[in-house]
Amino acid sequence: MRYGMAIDTKKCVGCSDCVVACQLENHVPVGYARDWIVEVTEGTFPNLSLEIRSERCNHCDNTPCVRTCPTGASHIIEGGIVKVTHNECIGCGACIQSCPYDARYTHPEGYVDKCTFCDHRVKNGQDPACVSVCPTHCMYFGDLDDPNSEISKIVNRRKIKTLAPEAGTLPQIFYLV
Amino acid sequence: MREEIITSGRMNPLIDPVLNVWHWEIPIYLFLGGLSAGLLFFAALYTIMDKEDKYKTAVKVAPIIAPIAIALGLIALMLDLKHPLYSWQLYTTIRMGSPMSWGAWTLMAVMPLSVAWVAIYIDQVFPQIGRTPKPIMKVMNLVVRLKDTDDGTGINWEYSYKWLRSLKNWVYANRVTMAWILLPLAIILGVYTGILLSAFNARPLWNTSLLGPLFLVSGISTAAASIMWLTNDQEERTLFSRIDLILIIVELFFIVHLFMGFLAGPAVQIEAAELFLGGHFTAPFWGLVVVLGLIVPAILEALELKGFHIPVAVPAALILLGGAIFRFIMVEAGQITRWLY
Repeated sequence: MRYGMAIDTKKCVGCSDCVVACQLENHVPVGYARDWIVEVTEGTFPNLSLEIRSERCNHCDNTPCVRTCPTGASHIIEGGIVKVTHNECIGCGACIQSCPYDARYTHPEGYVDKCTFCDHRVKNGQDPACVSVCPTHCMYFGDLDDPNSEISKIVNRRKIKTLAPEAGTLPQIFYLV
Repeated sequence: MREEIITSGRMNPLIDPVLNVWHWEIPIYLFLGGLSAGLLFFAALYTIMDKEDKYKTAVKVAPIIAPIAIALGLIALMLDLKHPLYSWQLYTTIRMGSPMSWGAWTLMAVMPLSVAWVAIYIDQVFPQIGRTPKPIMKVMNLVVRLKDTDDGTGINWEYSYKWLRSLKNWVYANRVTMAWILLPLAIILGVYTGILLSAFNARPLWNTSLLGPLFLVSGISTAAASIMWLTNDQEERTLFSRIDLILIIVELFFIVHLFMGFLAGPAVQIEAAELFLGGHFTAPFWGLVVVLGLIVPAILEALELKGFHIPVAVPAALILLGGAIFRFIMVEAGQITRWLY
């Protein structure tokens, strides 16, 4: 079992529905976000290209955040999901410093918080909140170890990229390009 | 042209637009930790070498700074924690991969050892308790009391309790063993201040194994400068002046190698180096750290060894200030360097 996500940059319109859905589902405090939209513009007017990405924790296979955590609050659960145990977190910021994606933030209550792939929904067979609300159906979630899952098929069929692969973290969120 | 904008509302002020999770607390701790590591290193080294009377300041006087500096550093670290009530969680586990876990356990061992070190020598450093105002004496009486009779040592006080006196005597008798324990711990503490930063792959400026030795040498150098400043003995001053000069030269070599490594590295490290080679931190780093904090005191120390009379406070203060500024700049600049956006 290895959960992963694929996001189709050709279909994403940057509406931020995933961001709002996550904030509502996970009671993310106002002003903070576990996922966010990045717009990349390249070229010189009028010859421009645009890529829109919905970004979040990459639930990496090689997790610097779990490695540098001094208390073990950052940990990996079944399916490769990276989580933080709130009452073990001392708020030292080591995981924030070690994340190349800046995917973690300090919750106003003091502990470090991040995307959980909505593990509370996933264990009931549902998709994460962000995936379930996407109006263009540009996000795919599922088991990468299962060759027949929708995500495995699309990741194998389409051209993909990951963010900052040079950082060596083996991210498990794939952008279809 | 390439422009990357986060268009949704990710307005966490600690992360956007630049990562700003660690503030003044961390560099202050890195400085105090490095200084204490160096002081305990010299104290342990000269005890093992059986020169505790020859280099009295290094072994008996200067280590008094160590537990105070560690305590202040730990207070700074506690202030940095966003969930400080859970800080005991550090001591429920040992995580080999996390430098911060190593550091927490090392501090746990070094702190009581440094207090013990001061406790066994302090009667030799301050043999006489003079006239002390009553309220202060009342507090002091919890630990120490004036001795009834003069036994010829010239020390007019002792620890209040018998068990404390016998503990002190036992530790004093075993001080060479303690020095052997303290020596590697001091080195780990000194290296830790650098390794803490270099473990973060996501901050390219920090992500070099050279940071460990560089921070260790810098910490020991600040300690040598403090001993040189504190001592009244000309021979000890000359020795530590000479040690410090060598350490500064090693540190300069490390700094050159640091930038050679960055410039031969991946794009993100070249960008990190450019912050110091024409970028935002060029003037403070080369001006305050390298020239005023290393080269100028090195020249002053060399002149002193040649026989010119230089007030020792000048090079010593420059080295201490340079060491502190170096850590502030590294922590600040490192958080600007990143992989994305």
